[in-house]
Amino acid sequence: MYGGGNIFEVNKSDNLNQEDPVKLDEFEARIARGEKVEPSDWMPALYRKQLIRMIEQHAHSEIIGALPEGTWITRAPGFKRKMALMAKVQDEVGHAQLLYSAAETLGKSREQMMQDLINGRSKYSNIFNYPAFTWADSTIISWLVDAGAIVNQLANSKGSYGPYCRALERICAEESFHLKYGHHAVIHLATGTNIQREMVQGALNRWWPPMMHFFGPPDKISVHTEVLTKWKVKMATNDECRQQFLDMYVPKIWELNLTIPDPNLRKNSETRQWEYSEPDWDEFIRVINGDGPCNAERLSVRRTAEERGEWVRKALLTKEAKYVTPLA
Amino acid sequence: MKGNQSQSALKKLLYNIADDLLILGHRNSEWTGIGPLLEEDIAFSSMAQDKIGQSLAIYELLHQLGEPHPDTVAFMRNANQFHNCQLVELPIGEYQFSLVRHFLFDHSLLLRFQGLTDSSYEPLAQVSQKLVGELRYHVMHADSFIRQLGTANEDSIGRMQTALDIAVPYALGIFEKSPEEEQIISEGIFTGEQNLYDAWCREISKTTSLTSLKLPELNPEQAITGGRQGKHTKHLQLLLDEMAEVFKLEPGAEW
Repeated sequence: MYGGGNIFEVNKSDNLNQEDPVKLDEFEARIARGEKVEPSDWMPALYRKQLIRMIEQHAHSEIIGALPEGTWITRAPGFKRKMALMAKVQDEVGHAQLLYSAAETLGKSREQMMQDLINGRSKYSNIFNYPAFTWADSTIISWLVDAGAIVNQLANSKGSYGPYCRALERICAEESFHLKYGHHAVIHLATGTNIQREMVQGALNRWWPPMMHFFGPPDKISVHTEVLTKWKVKMATNDECRQQFLDMYVPKIWELNLTIPDPNLRKNSETRQWEYSEPDWDEFIRVINGDGPCNAERLSVRRTAEERGEWVRKALLTKEAKYVTPLA
Repeated sequence: MKGNQSQSALKKLLYNIADDLLILGHRNSEWTGIGPLLEEDIAFSSMAQDKIGQSLAIYELLHQLGEPHPDTVAFMRNANQFHNCQLVELPIGEYQFSLVRHFLFDHSLLLRFQGLTDSSYEPLAQVSQKLVGELRYHVMHADSFIRQLGTANEDSIGRMQTALDIAVPYALGIFEKSPEEEQIISEGIFTGEQNLYDAWCREISKTTSLTSLKLPELNPEQAITGGRQGKHTKHLQLLLDEMAEVFKLEPGAEW
């Protein structure tokens, strides 16, 4: 689950003057023709750097995103929800595995990425720094956060880097089931007893602002990313993704008689664009820089998991452990 | 099914099996997102899902025999009404404990369901046929990890040995006989716990003999029992309270 906000920071030092102009032209022509770039192909250093950054952040978002929902597996009400949520969260861990592998094709090892995650050098989707207080929070995540992720990931699956596009296609297919599961669970709460309705309305109230943050700051204040757009690294702007999400899901939320906590939210019939109250972007920046309600907890859980599992990873690499052949 | 007596013997066996599966599946799902490596995180989670699904299949059989709906049975009972062995209710601990438990328990489970494919209770025989196909992979997984971590280096061998020493007495409790044991055998429902135990000893020794691990003496007198009669460690009620936390908010509601 990944919304793609706040990942592109082009530094002044990232200029293209050092690249071979002939190769660069060829590279850009290929991308313009819609060809995919593969791991062994020539690529500008900036392209490689930005892709590693993007895929790595996406992978981190999957593994950290497994935590807020994962805590509800042991409390899911009834067999149907329990089994579905287990499968759903497992999928997210599987996505992390796919994505770390895709990023490795660009030259950064999984171990290094994991170290950068737990040392706080590398980011993940901001939304997972918020807590899932109730069962309803977990269903809102499965529905709306996964929905948002699909908007972003479907766009990116049309990008230029082959391994990332192929991973995204598989991921989107799975996410579409998460979305169905989440919607189904939310429908049951929203049409259920008073306790259930209050629970899901409370969850929506909590998750709406982070959901508006999910796609990143508005285009007018975002870092300019023309070159990344030309290279088909960034396929849709933050605002385009947000508008598409609102278009698809606001009517579905209203249909359930739930109240979206933004009195200014409406579709302008002339511009055909959604208008809304700007979420608190200072909070977004604060949280992304480490000062959110759950940043420390998420990283500490991940760090502890890495530490507790270290002996297993080490043991599996020893020569003595090698003789075990694949069994199936 | 003949008389009421044999039906109650059958139900007792089914509860033992389903409760084991539910509780171990629940425990193993606690590894989701925090496994020692991504591939193992995914594998453990996948096997946990299988076990919960398998428990549901057995609770469905019980439901057909007149017991309450599987959700009610799983989410509304207290610890003293559960018949799982104590091995499966212990907390996940460190990975070595969860892995060793998975190895010891899943061998017994595969053998049990292999035996049950010949059960005189046809619906159980049919379900067992299907579950055996899934459990083969669980056992392959357990064996390959026991072999690797049981031989890799001093550290991993030491950790695995300690876990094995702690888990074995509890594992012997898997085979605790119920008062209905003789009837279960004579009716041809199942060949019995003693048979299962003998086969299990052979299977687990085969795997540990390929490692540097020393299998503790398998002495049935050291078995930690009681689970099959509803006697449990304090961990089970805590697990059940957590499991039912949301369900019990509105027990009649659809979630």
